[in-house]
Amino acid sequence: MDVLRGSFLTLAAAALLALPAAAQTSITVASTTSTEQSGLFGHLLPAFKVATGIEVKVVALGTGQALDVARRGDADVVFVHDQAAEEKFVADGYGVKRTPVMYNDFVIVGPADDPAKAAGKDTLEALRKIAAAKAPFVSRGDKSGTHAAELRYWQQAGLDLAAIRSDWYREIGQGMGPALNASSAANAYVLTDRATWLAFRNRGQLRILVEGDVRLFNQYGVILVDPKRHPHVKTEAGQRFIDWLVSPAGQKTIADYKIGGEQLFFPNGPKG
Amino acid sequence: MLPILIKGLTLLAGGRAVLDDFTAEIATRGITAIIGPNGAGKSTLLRALDGLVRPGRGTIAFGPGGRSPAPRRAFVFQKTALIRASVVRNVALAVEAEPISAAERAARVAAALERVGLAARAQDAARRLSGGEQQRVAFARAWARRPDLLLLDEPTASLDPAATEEIERLVVALRDAGTKILLVSHNLGQVARLAEDAVVLASGKVAEHGPVDRILKHPASEAARAYLKGELPWMSFAGVS
Amino acid sequence: MLETFAEAARLLLVLDPAVAGIATMSLRVSVAASAIGCAIGIPVGALVAIARFPGRAVVVVVLNALMGLPAVVVGLVVYLALSRSGPLGHLGLLFTPGAMIVAQTVLVTPLVAALTRQIVEDADGELGEQLRAMGLSTLQRARTLVFDVRFSLAVAVLAAFGRAIAEVGAVLVVGGNIAGHTRTMTTAISLETQKGDLPLALALGFVLLAIVIVVNAAAAALRSHAARRYG
Repeated sequence: MDVLRGSFLTLAAAALLALPAAAQTSITVASTTSTEQSGLFGHLLPAFKVATGIEVKVVALGTGQALDVARRGDADVVFVHDQAAEEKFVADGYGVKRTPVMYNDFVIVGPADDPAKAAGKDTLEALRKIAAAKAPFVSRGDKSGTHAAELRYWQQAGLDLAAIRSDWYREIGQGMGPALNASSAANAYVLTDRATWLAFRNRGQLRILVEGDVRLFNQYGVILVDPKRHPHVKTEAGQRFIDWLVSPAGQKTIADYKIGGEQLFFPNGPKG
Repeated sequence: MLPILIKGLTLLAGGRAVLDDFTAEIATRGITAIIGPNGAGKSTLLRALDGLVRPGRGTIAFGPGGRSPAPRRAFVFQKTALIRASVVRNVALAVEAEPISAAERAARVAAALERVGLAARAQDAARRLSGGEQQRVAFARAWARRPDLLLLDEPTASLDPAATEEIERLVVALRDAGTKILLVSHNLGQVARLAEDAVVLASGKVAEHGPVDRILKHPASEAARAYLKGELPWMSFAGVS
Repeated sequence: MLETFAEAARLLLVLDPAVAGIATMSLRVSVAASAIGCAIGIPVGALVAIARFPGRAVVVVVLNALMGLPAVVVGLVVYLALSRSGPLGHLGLLFTPGAMIVAQTVLVTPLVAALTRQIVEDADGELGEQLRAMGLSTLQRARTLVFDVRFSLAVAVLAAFGRAIAEVGAVLVVGGNIAGHTRTMTTAISLETQKGDLPLALALGFVLLAIVIVVNAAAAALRSHAARRYG
């Protein structure tokens, strides 16, 4: 018994000690599934670490969840894409200041044979046609930035979603990747950010049907969590991350990220 | 230190009196047999004497006038409980609760193994031993506890004649070392060989208590006669009586 | 379908360092959680099995019920506790491997305790009275019985490890699936599936399956050896 218990404790201790010690400075960034799943962070963070020695840990969630995590004080920086929600976050005293960093755009993808005849440049017209045809449409339904944008477009199209939705409108309550998987499986239409779409591998019959509409502009912003609210926030390292993102070096790194020769994010920080 | 004074012992189990106003005075020395049909309460009596079950009513006292402290006791069951470990480790359990030094524990265990002839098997897996050897482990445990009172509950019921003989030799050795022994057994030949006196138990009561020879040959009570009638053919077949 | 499997096999053959790192993280967290879970769960289970105290029946029912604790609920509760705004926020454990170990420990400890309780109680039925006849205290009996059933307890240890390593809900919520820090096999599989990178997800799935099979085979070998050796 003593031998038995001894070996358990040794095992437990060994497993605990074997965990990497957090020697260098690191910050936690609450961000969105689109930045993580498009591979941008995999490209951006090593460059930031080389420049500053600071390690960035990214927790990828929907914009709404990411802001919630930051509100609880569980992140140092938020990096999301829902301007209205971001401004409210700062106004409520959770964030120091919102800084625009970059943009990409949304696209509507759908089955190649386009049964609703939604293809074109007009987002609102496309949504009206999808609704009229009752063609399958997948919604994130997760209070993310993309979800917020989608709801805005329905409204702008003059459609009362609550009144017209039925089986064809599918809310999945998950990230961008699962939404694309669900669309691919059901040959449904879906609103996605271009970056996640370009990085997405399981496309099936899906292709881009609507793009280039000025409405589809998708702005990303970055905010330092207010240390007055959460004193443990790593203000200095967090601010260095923000400063680097909008510095010429950071903005160039963002612009350099390409998949298949196509640029995914377009830097538009205040100094860039 | 002994005798054992048992007064009005009553123990209910499932609404039935397993022991029903059991009263007896059991002699200071030697081997006392407890006999009687299945369900008469023999095992329960031993368990009560060891403190494993608490009687509903009645008292158990020890020594002249019942004023001595409870004696050191050991219990050997029909089938010995062995843990998945070596013989020596199994025997060591018997002295684990004793307030003695580790060295003394080890010495007692070694002496006990020597006594029952298992010293050479000390490191073997206990559950791999034969039935007879397993009972010798039980007697090594008893020996290591240095009991004043040894309670034996059909200790040879599942053994062959050779192993039974081994065990009986150990019982005699323990008695000769001064241990008072209570023996529950259906083997009346064994009772005749080992015990000086016998208590006949029927339906939780004492039917008869007296010298073994007399009880086996001339039972006075109806209950003893009935029990022995069932057992005697086997006994004469075994060449005893 | 076939292409997906072929690509998954290729990823395994080249032993992608990312795959290896993720597997190591999974193993560390699950081994630590199982070890702590056993260090707590086995003594608790053994004592509940043999001690007699008021309310014991309720404790047994609760233990058995906790075996089926939903992982995401545990994740959420541990998240709220470890969050900077929660009671243990000052520890700064959220989104670290430590947080994942805490969540999985909460998940597996009742499982170990409940299985231990069952196994030790069965052994107590067989041995308990004789141990009491040798004058052993409750604690001594608990220790002896746990030692006696140590090979059967391998099942409980295994169940704990299996639950920990295959679990995704709790580690995702409290670990945050941070690349290189708290990404485990299950959260990585979940992420790669979301990205539509099915071959990589499948490769990780193979690794997970292989680990579970190897561990189970080792336990089976240990038990059969023990059965031959000790009966």
